[in-house]
Amino acid sequence: MQEAFAIAAKRWPVSGTPANPGAWLVTTARNRAIDRIRRERTLAEKTPLLCVAEAVMDEFDDTVIKDERLELIFTCCHPALSLDGQVALTLRAVGGLETADIARAFLVSEETMKRRLSRAKTKIKAAGIPFAVPGPHLLPDRLDAVLAVLYLIYNEGYSGRVDLGAEAIRLGQVLAALMPDEPEAHGLLALMMIHHARRRARFSGEDLVLLDDQDRSLWDMGQISAGRTVLDRAIALGGRGAYVVQAVISWLQTRERIDWQQVAEMYQRLVELTSSPVVELNHAVAVAQAGNPTAALHAIDRLDLDGYLYFHSTRGELLRRLGRHDEALAAYRRALDLATSTPERRFLTRRLEQL
Amino acid sequence: MQYALMIYAEPGAVEALADAEREAAYAQYFALAEDARCLGNVRLQPGETATSVRVVGGRTLMTDGPFADTKEVLGGFYLVEAADLDEALELAAGLPAARLGGAVEVRPVMQR
Repeated sequence: MQEAFAIAAKRWPVSGTPANPGAWLVTTARNRAIDRIRRERTLAEKTPLLCVAEAVMDEFDDTVIKDERLELIFTCCHPALSLDGQVALTLRAVGGLETADIARAFLVSEETMKRRLSRAKTKIKAAGIPFAVPGPHLLPDRLDAVLAVLYLIYNEGYSGRVDLGAEAIRLGQVLAALMPDEPEAHGLLALMMIHHARRRARFSGEDLVLLDDQDRSLWDMGQISAGRTVLDRAIALGGRGAYVVQAVISWLQTRERIDWQQVAEMYQRLVELTSSPVVELNHAVAVAQAGNPTAALHAIDRLDLDGYLYFHSTRGELLRRLGRHDEALAAYRRALDLATSTPERRFLTRRLEQL
Repeated sequence: MQYALMIYAEPGAVEALADAEREAAYAQYFALAEDARCLGNVRLQPGETATSVRVVGGRTLMTDGPFADTKEVLGGFYLVEAADLDEALELAAGLPAARLGGAVEVRPVMQR
């Protein structure tokens, strides 16, 4: 028995690129468990060891990969990996996407994506990144890292050809199911669902459509109400974090009559949580929508966001509403200078023509 | 697994601290040296004492100073035994250099 174990242990260490990274990571984890057992053997000695070995081997058997998904997620989103690597590995190993599809979504060659994945996997193995759910003192930070990766994947869904938005929601559902008591996991899922439900209304052909002008019959009301249920769960769990607050904002904006005062209050809360000038910009927009464009413009002019397209387009819009046409034109022109995507350029050009 | 924790610190950063903080910082460096997981540690003389050697076209060239011309210099390193990267990173995060404007580079050691 001991001999068989030793032989198996010799064979297991993997070389080359494995076909299935999920299984590969479990294999690596198993190898590490064996290393640990070996170390413990020198310490503790003899018979009890074999029982431990068998138990650990069963635990990491390929057929129970499903039950190891949470460990897999935390390994893929380990902050010691490059962010690119975390995203790619999460999509490949947890999401099961093909390398070619991930490459297409991120507009890189398949070769580049292969290298990115292989670099991440090499580091996991060589640097001893654990295949484990972090302990309580590490968990908050590491869960934040996981949520950030999923949200990044979701936001990439806007530009790529592969529907990463739906994929991110699927991953978010897996995470929320595996961590049912984590409010921010539910908050992020709710945010992505409610946002995603409006995707068909956000574009008309190539043109960007603003919230006010969106055709609500194109919204997926079923998904919005499902997102609301997830949001209720997050709030019931005491969730008041950044994702929960954003989900609340997103939900408020699906109402027939939007309570902009409440939206502004939520953005204020988000400003306190994130200290982000972009969030302050959004707060100002809500203040303007609630009926106070002068206060909004005043707040915006304090922000240091000169290189940010939406800073200038928002200023342009507020100046237009306040009847300051020349300044509005200048702000929209500046925004157009900064626009890179076709829908953005077309939208700003139309705005300029209207002025 | 074994890891090297390489300490890159701004020279004088610890010395510039107030007495109590400086003592606390030294105590943290000593504590890791005394930790059962520490297999060895080396503290280096300041960067000004370094000589970098290169052999170019058969000639040995020497330059005064450390290899990399950066503000932070390698001040020493620990060799530690840790269960995984997370444990090694925690040990690294506990070293004063990590919070005093420097960094601790954590590298797995090649196993023979």
